[in-house]
Amino acid sequence: MPVESPPDDPWSNMMRAAIAGDEGVYRRLLEEIGRSVRVMARAVFARARLGDADVEDSVQETLLAIHLKRHTWDPGQKLAPWVNAVARHKIIDSMRRRGVRRAENIEDFEDFLAAPAEEDPHALSDAKRLMEALTPRQRDIVRSISLDGQSIAATAARLMMTEVAVRVALHRALKSMGAAWRRSVS
Amino acid sequence: MKTSEFIAALAADPVPEPVDLGRRFAAASALGLIGALALYALFVGPRPDFAEAARTARFNLKFLDALALALPSLMLLVRLARPDAKPGVLGLWLLAPLVLLAFAVSVELAVTPSGAWMARLIGENWMYCTTMIPMMAAPILAALILAVRAGAPRSPAGSGALAGAASAGIAAFLYASHCPDDSPLFVATWYPLATLICAAVGALAGRRFLAW
Repeated sequence: MPVESPPDDPWSNMMRAAIAGDEGVYRRLLEEIGRSVRVMARAVFARARLGDADVEDSVQETLLAIHLKRHTWDPGQKLAPWVNAVARHKIIDSMRRRGVRRAENIEDFEDFLAAPAEEDPHALSDAKRLMEALTPRQRDIVRSISLDGQSIAATAARLMMTEVAVRVALHRALKSMGAAWRRSVS
Repeated sequence: MKTSEFIAALAADPVPEPVDLGRRFAAASALGLIGALALYALFVGPRPDFAEAARTARFNLKFLDALALALPSLMLLVRLARPDAKPGVLGLWLLAPLVLLAFAVSVELAVTPSGAWMARLIGENWMYCTTMIPMMAAPILAALILAVRAGAPRSPAGSGALAGAASAGIAAFLYASHCPDDSPLFVATWYPLATLICAAVGALAGRRFLAW
């Protein structure tokens, strides 16, 4: 029995569409979540006197965790509290790696949803450096789809692979990047 | 890399792996139990007077206590595999085996002369108890940790410890049929020690393998 989502809860519907395979909706959802996570990360980093240098890194690591763990979201529940829990976990984690001991009191994510923040165009993240942990083929695929903005089909044609093989390689690459992020210490 | 570029890579991979957490836990429990049963058959086995013992309250209490530990810790482990889950009332059920033991110990103290207390507490088999329970728990713990890896527990060490406690509960259920010591004084001393060993190993394993 599907649970009706309230009208003020567009994220849950977007995630359901994404899980069903709607790439465009998924991209929009991740952009929106990213803007809210950015506000949260900035506030938390500022309070710990860490500066903004690693905010974008934290945002991307959170988005990757959301991506890799989205099967732990119960589609009968709202998405925002789940996103909140993942974001807290990853932001606290990334602060611990930067030597901050007490990072537990992160206030409710809902406060940040109201004031989304755009990406700092000069911000850099570790993602590019983490790509060095990938195999050459995986690195080529990730770079093609992210930095070069190519589609799966175009990437597959260029590398003379099937689209399924490209998707599998991309998924493995994202998983390896998640593991590399956890190990990384700035 | 810019976040918008990074999102392009994520969005190109939109359909998640079909992961059914409940099913994974069921499979893991079954697999771990098979391993534990194999160890039981090889190294442990039921005690010779099993049929007579099964008519005594002290003997049967050991199984009840093991279940009171295994069931709530297993259910809580499954629930906390989701990052937004809260322990809720289930967390309180973790106290059930302790309450049960405390009650049994006070009855035992009341019905046995104080001169026999120490002998009953030490029993005959305490070394066996603290090694056989963790040994049989090991395959269950390994299988449960593997199952939780698909989840996203908020506290990796905490979930690891829970997996350890659950595996100790199941192993204690098997071991209870072997152990000749039935006094609650024995059970309340050595079974929790074995459980603590499993929970500590589980916490370490959780920190190592359940981080996400």
